[in-house]
Amino acid sequence: MTSTRDWLLEDSPTSLWQANAGRAYRVFMALLRNPLSALGGVIILVLILTAIFAPWIAPFSATGQNLKARLLPPSGVNLMGTDELGRDIFSRVIYGSQITLTIVGLVALISAPLGLLVGAVAGYFGGWTDRLLMGFTDIFLSMPKLILALAFVAALGPGINNAIIAIAITSWPAYARIARAETLTIRNAEFIQAVQLQGANPLRVIVQHILPLCTSSMIVRVTLDMAGVILTAAGLGFIGLGAQPPLPEWGAMISRGRTFILDQWWVATMPGFAIIIVSLGFCFLGDGLRDVLDPKSEGK
Amino acid sequence: MANGAPPPSFPSRKGEGGAEPLLSVKNLRVSFPTHRGRVEVVKGISFSVGKERLGIVGESGSGKSMTGRSILKLIRKPGLVTADRMEFDGIDLLSQSEKQMRSIRGARISMVMQDPKFSLNPVMTVGEQIGEALVTHTRLPRREVNERIWAMLDSVRIDDPKRVAGLYPHEVSGGMGQRVMIAMMLIPEPELLIADEPTSALDVSVQAQVLDIIDDLVTTKGMGLILISHDLGLVSRYCDRILVMNSGVVVEECAAGELENASHPYTRGLLAAMPTINEQRDELPVLDRTQWAGT
Amino acid sequence: MSAIELNNVDISYGDSKVVHGVNLDIAEGESFALVGESGSGKSTILRAIAGLAPDWTGGISVLGRPRTHGIERRVARQVQMVFQDPYGSLHPRKTIDAALSEPLAINGVGNRGERVAAMLMAVGLDQRFRFRFPHQLSGGQRQRVAIARALMLEPKVLLLDEPTSALDVSVQAEILNLLKRLRREQGLTYLLVTHNLPVVSFLCDRLAVMRHGRIVEVADVALLKQGKLVEAYSQELLAATEGIVLVGTPS
Repeated sequence: MTSTRDWLLEDSPTSLWQANAGRAYRVFMALLRNPLSALGGVIILVLILTAIFAPWIAPFSATGQNLKARLLPPSGVNLMGTDELGRDIFSRVIYGSQITLTIVGLVALISAPLGLLVGAVAGYFGGWTDRLLMGFTDIFLSMPKLILALAFVAALGPGINNAIIAIAITSWPAYARIARAETLTIRNAEFIQAVQLQGANPLRVIVQHILPLCTSSMIVRVTLDMAGVILTAAGLGFIGLGAQPPLPEWGAMISRGRTFILDQWWVATMPGFAIIIVSLGFCFLGDGLRDVLDPKSEGK
Repeated sequence: MANGAPPPSFPSRKGEGGAEPLLSVKNLRVSFPTHRGRVEVVKGISFSVGKERLGIVGESGSGKSMTGRSILKLIRKPGLVTADRMEFDGIDLLSQSEKQMRSIRGARISMVMQDPKFSLNPVMTVGEQIGEALVTHTRLPRREVNERIWAMLDSVRIDDPKRVAGLYPHEVSGGMGQRVMIAMMLIPEPELLIADEPTSALDVSVQAQVLDIIDDLVTTKGMGLILISHDLGLVSRYCDRILVMNSGVVVEECAAGELENASHPYTRGLLAAMPTINEQRDELPVLDRTQWAGT
Repeated sequence: MSAIELNNVDISYGDSKVVHGVNLDIAEGESFALVGESGSGKSTILRAIAGLAPDWTGGISVLGRPRTHGIERRVARQVQMVFQDPYGSLHPRKTIDAALSEPLAINGVGNRGERVAAMLMAVGLDQRFRFRFPHQLSGGQRQRVAIARALMLEPKVLLLDEPTSALDVSVQAEILNLLKRLRREQGLTYLLVTHNLPVVSFLCDRLAVMRHGRIVEVADVALLKQGKLVEAYSQELLAATEGIVLVGTPS
């Protein structure tokens, strides 16, 4: 254990792999020093583990109906009670984590790289490229996110995949703006001029030298936005345009539970808790990452 | 001023302040916490300043700037300043509250920083800022304040003081900005001026002008001056006495005229490492850093 | 053959012209200095030669062939630049190894590992620095890396933009010695921009004094050493420097 730690904290690494691992380890340790971000990290870790091991954790099937056991309050058997079709809410929340994680992951995977690339290209070239790309970005930015997502889903048809596409399409413009702003500050740095003088083409300068410096602020921003993505997905599910029944999507579950909210509070509340906890987890982690990855604190 | 007048020879005023120093510091220590524990950047230095010009020279990381800042208690937490004694004109600086310090800063001890761009308020005119320094410490009628501002700008050799007083900081050049800073710092007539690298952001010809002005004012008003710089030549020209600092300790103290006879190997190494106008050496001697536990 | 030739060059930034009608001829193997105060246009000339200030008229030739206005691969392999600020000229997220391999990768040069190791040795850096990040290095070490990076493509000409003005006196001496040794070993041509006349005296053969975007005087460094520059402005610069440089020379 000690030797691994020494290897990671070595001041004079002997390989690129060791240097990068050491840097990652330092970031990780700095993250752990902040209790809130550590808590956020634990929540996200639990979410991921729950999603992976859902079939083993969940006591019942997510879709199996039992009309004799409708709307039972939380008990030792049904930890979070049952819904109007007698399905175990705990099991549905557990399986729902898979859907949430898929949405979050795919949205991040589609929108962040797209935003990064558009922003970096606009910022690096400037002039007409910039005006064109950013004008396009501004059109998307000027429309409310949920309404835009609604319009897309309405056009593409309801369903989880279309919801993911719609959310991704509405979230990249914000990333493009950030990436452009960062690129503008880096573009004239001497280390960029140095690679230009070595004869590097623009693609190489952007991908290898500018993007790595944008990614840390992007990671922070994406993590902080994840709470919003979950809420948008839940919102789409709530109005029936996201995941379709019987999929155990948390927003859709709240939507069905609202009919009974006065008498059977647990039906809507339990998935609501799940949404709140996971959103908070992403926020805490994002805040911690912002402190740790801030380039200004680099080297301290 | 910059056209090659021979370096003026100042009468040594060392004896005057010797009896009762303006500022006396004993065993000053400044430390900052790091993940490897507390690190001392100033390691127990002692000195005193009378109505004279004291130079503190050192390279980056020597603790010279921290020394200057700790006199005005400008070191923010988690930095920690301790000293056996830090007395200014009979006042124990260490026991002063932040509020009491505010009435000392500016009024009795002033500080000129390196870059005027960061020290001047961009949305106030030059005249307003100089006036502010004056009215916070004294009560004067408006007319007299203006008169004093113009007189002060005139004394830092600004040709058209009335016009310059109405300019905003971005409208003046670097050298003029630094002169404005000096005017601002000297208008309350402090007894001690701390100048931390006052000219390193300026061109060589302007450097000499600015330093000549500081020197002139300090001499005629009978103030004390602490000039902090990395530049041995500059300090030896404008000071009476020199402290050479290296990694938090004073390694050498000597009269400015005797710098060439410096005895400590670090000082000698620094002197030798500077190229000269008539450079005949094929290679410059390099400091052997292992000798002084430096980095 | 001249390494760099400037023929009646005017350079503009946006609407303002900052360099007016400059003629220069720097021989191969020469070490030439451009001195002047800030705003005199000396750095702008350097940037135009490198291709970073494309808005110029007149003629610039590098090793006998006229260059175009932008950045050229051919010029990249012949002319490299060392920047003033050792803190801003290295990519904060790339190891020293990556910074030194990059020029080789861009220009398709093989055998990178060995070349990087050899270059580290040439600029006097230990191999243990190889996989460090820039923030783990001191200012002097960073400047050594910057010089190493400029030399990776084995250029003939090095453009030096105030390479020591951000460094401490003792570190400056190390870097100046290094530059002198590298020039001797590799037969480099230097074009140095500085406001520091003693540095010129140590490192250069000839100098041009610039003021307000024009060359005031071109002289041999021997004249500088004897204090015999002809023009009034050159004398003014010299006097201002001498006022601050130590009067007595340490032996």
